[in-house]
Amino acid sequence: MPLTEKTPATPATAGTPAIEFKDVEKSFGPTTVLKDLNFTVAPGERVTLIGPSGSGKTTILRLVMTLEDLTDGYIFVDGEPLTFEERDGKRVEMPKKRTREMTTRIGMVFQQFNLFPNMTVLENIIEAPVHVLGKSKAEASTEAKELLERVGLSEKADAHPTRLSGGQQQRVAIARALAMSPEILLLDEVTSALDPELVGDVLGVLRDIAETTDITMLLVTHEMQFARDVSHRVMMFDGGQVLEEGPPDQIFNNPSHERTKSFLSSVL
Amino acid sequence: MTENLTTLLNFLPQLWEGVRVTIILTVVGSLGAVIIALALGLAMTSTHAWLRVPARIIVEFFRGTSLLVQLFWLFYVFPLLGVELDPMICGIGALALNYGAYSAEVVRSSITTVDKGQWEAAIALSLSPSRRMIRVIFPQAWALMIPSLATLLIQLLKGTAVVSFITLQDLTDKITQLRQSTNDTYFAFTVGLIIYFVIAWLIQEFMNFLERRATAALGRRRPNSRTDRREARRLARADAVRKDRSTSRAAADDGGGDGLGTGPESGPASGQGGRL
Amino acid sequence: MIWNWEFAAEALPILLRGFVNTLIATVVGTIIATVLGLILAVAIRGLPRWINWIVRLLVAFVRNTPLVVQLIFVYYIFAGIPGLVDVPALVIGFIVIGIHYSTYMSESYRAGIDSVPPGQFEAATALSLPPVRTFTAVVLPQALRATIPSLGNYAVAMFKDTPFLFAISVVELVTSAQQFGAAKFAYTEAFTLAGIIFLVASYPTSLLIQRLDRRLATY
Repeated sequence: MPLTEKTPATPATAGTPAIEFKDVEKSFGPTTVLKDLNFTVAPGERVTLIGPSGSGKTTILRLVMTLEDLTDGYIFVDGEPLTFEERDGKRVEMPKKRTREMTTRIGMVFQQFNLFPNMTVLENIIEAPVHVLGKSKAEASTEAKELLERVGLSEKADAHPTRLSGGQQQRVAIARALAMSPEILLLDEVTSALDPELVGDVLGVLRDIAETTDITMLLVTHEMQFARDVSHRVMMFDGGQVLEEGPPDQIFNNPSHERTKSFLSSVL
Repeated sequence: MTENLTTLLNFLPQLWEGVRVTIILTVVGSLGAVIIALALGLAMTSTHAWLRVPARIIVEFFRGTSLLVQLFWLFYVFPLLGVELDPMICGIGALALNYGAYSAEVVRSSITTVDKGQWEAAIALSLSPSRRMIRVIFPQAWALMIPSLATLLIQLLKGTAVVSFITLQDLTDKITQLRQSTNDTYFAFTVGLIIYFVIAWLIQEFMNFLERRATAALGRRRPNSRTDRREARRLARADAVRKDRSTSRAAADDGGGDGLGTGPESGPASGQGGRL
Repeated sequence: MIWNWEFAAEALPILLRGFVNTLIATVVGTIIATVLGLILAVAIRGLPRWINWIVRLLVAFVRNTPLVVQLIFVYYIFAGIPGLVDVPALVIGFIVIGIHYSTYMSESYRAGIDSVPPGQFEAATALSLPPVRTFTAVVLPQALRATIPSLGNYAVAMFKDTPFLFAISVVELVTSAQQFGAAKFAYTEAFTLAGIIFLVASYPTSLLIQRLDRRLATY
């Protein structure tokens, strides 16, 4: 398998990668989803994962967010082990508390928004800054309001999430993730559950974040135009392996693999 | 009949004594049951087997052996073990353990019914396990468990009648006394059953109130409330209108880009393709 | 040691004899409850509104008042009617327990009938099936499928409620345990064994119903 060993083309390749997968394996029962997976993501880099369903792309995001247990291998964030580390040649699980400290640097936005229905929009956003980062309520609220303004929902601070449209909920979810000032943002098919007419607003917000911040982004999406516009690199997955990767123009216009071609023609 | 009423009037202070005992048993027994249910129910959702397995065994034990067996155990066997318990304590203890075990299962299943995405969002925000449970999961599970808990609390009220078997003068005991003094079975038992029925109704109303509050906190109304049904009808109508409009629009521009910033290539792609 | 194996050995056959009454009350009670429950759930649909309302009030009344009190009440009623004085307490027991649980089971039936998708009624109407045929051939079989696990759970609950027959001196499992305990001052052995018998009988049944529930849930 000669295709997995590639280095990112953009932006900075030197220094410590923001995310590193080392010999990662993930199985659900008897099914192996990811096998011997190695790749790195540079700080500030925006990487889109594409591939047919079942190719393991969402699993990669969930592994970084510690929502799934790693079957084998290691994941490093800023060069530090996330869930397992190698000690004296043995693979040892990290203390839960340490893992949780690490995950404060990572934010995630879900396909189904997953806002907390028992809290208002504002409470959703300040919950973690106050109770995980230890910010004061006042400080967190001020920041939350700025974020809400940024996603165009400043008048919804006291609304209940269930009273918002899907697109509005997803924008609140983005604000909630940003409130933790994450270094890494994981976007898991964030527009797939939305009515077509609401997709544009959410993508607009994400474009804005991509242009104005240097947050490292790892995204799974079916919005190919969006992927082309914002990402530095596209990785095509198939059968738990990186089939090919490269700048979006190369992958979309000139894929070298037959499977990539047929996949792209099926979604475009 | 007037004779009966006079007897009843004279009997009222005694009857009240019985009602008082029944209410104390119900209220204190319920509180005990809820505490036991929360402890065991939470333990049963734990990822640690050393918490989960014992909790499960305790629950199955107290659900599987009958309430009366538990009551008699506390009342007859404990003194033999050198622990003399007040009958009232026996009654409260048996009710709390038995209905607590049933409620624990309600607590457990409500917690596991809360959408998995809620757990994941809480993990993604790095909330600590206790914070996750207290702030995110439990408030949502609570709204789900209230209707079942209401049913169990009414069963607990009905269960209190067994304490008359261990010398306690509760409402049931007073009803049989009233029957003796009036010599009218129908009268005495109708009065007694109505009192039980009213207490059960009060419990139901109280639980309905709690449920309304809990669902309002989730920004929802009670499932299938009148306003809900009205809203559903309105949404269905709006949906039908929208569908009409979008099909006619789709027919009009025939798949061309609609300026939502997604570009021509991606138009039909959104929402398609699979997830893992 | 407070546990006496001799007492235990002596108690066991007596308890098992009591257990026979427990089983009779459970089985006959269940039969009464399933039949009466279905009648309550179905008949109510065709009745005029005000009768419907009264039946429902009565159902709520029986459901929300203690079984123990109902047992004693009916026991005294029977004792007061000359022709009925000699009716065995066990018979009174399973009648009352059956009626009590029929009020629960009627709710299960009702929920089951409500769970049948409206499309089924519409399809039957489209085929011009007569209403009775629609109900017995289309709706009821589907409704029962959804109802059976719930009925099973109530049967188990009824089984665990049979000790309430103690109130009218039916010598079932717990009453026999109490009597044996009092006679020999051997409560520990008697009640522990009674509890074990309950557990051994009810737990596997519950598991069975759970499995049935899962099986029936997937069409």
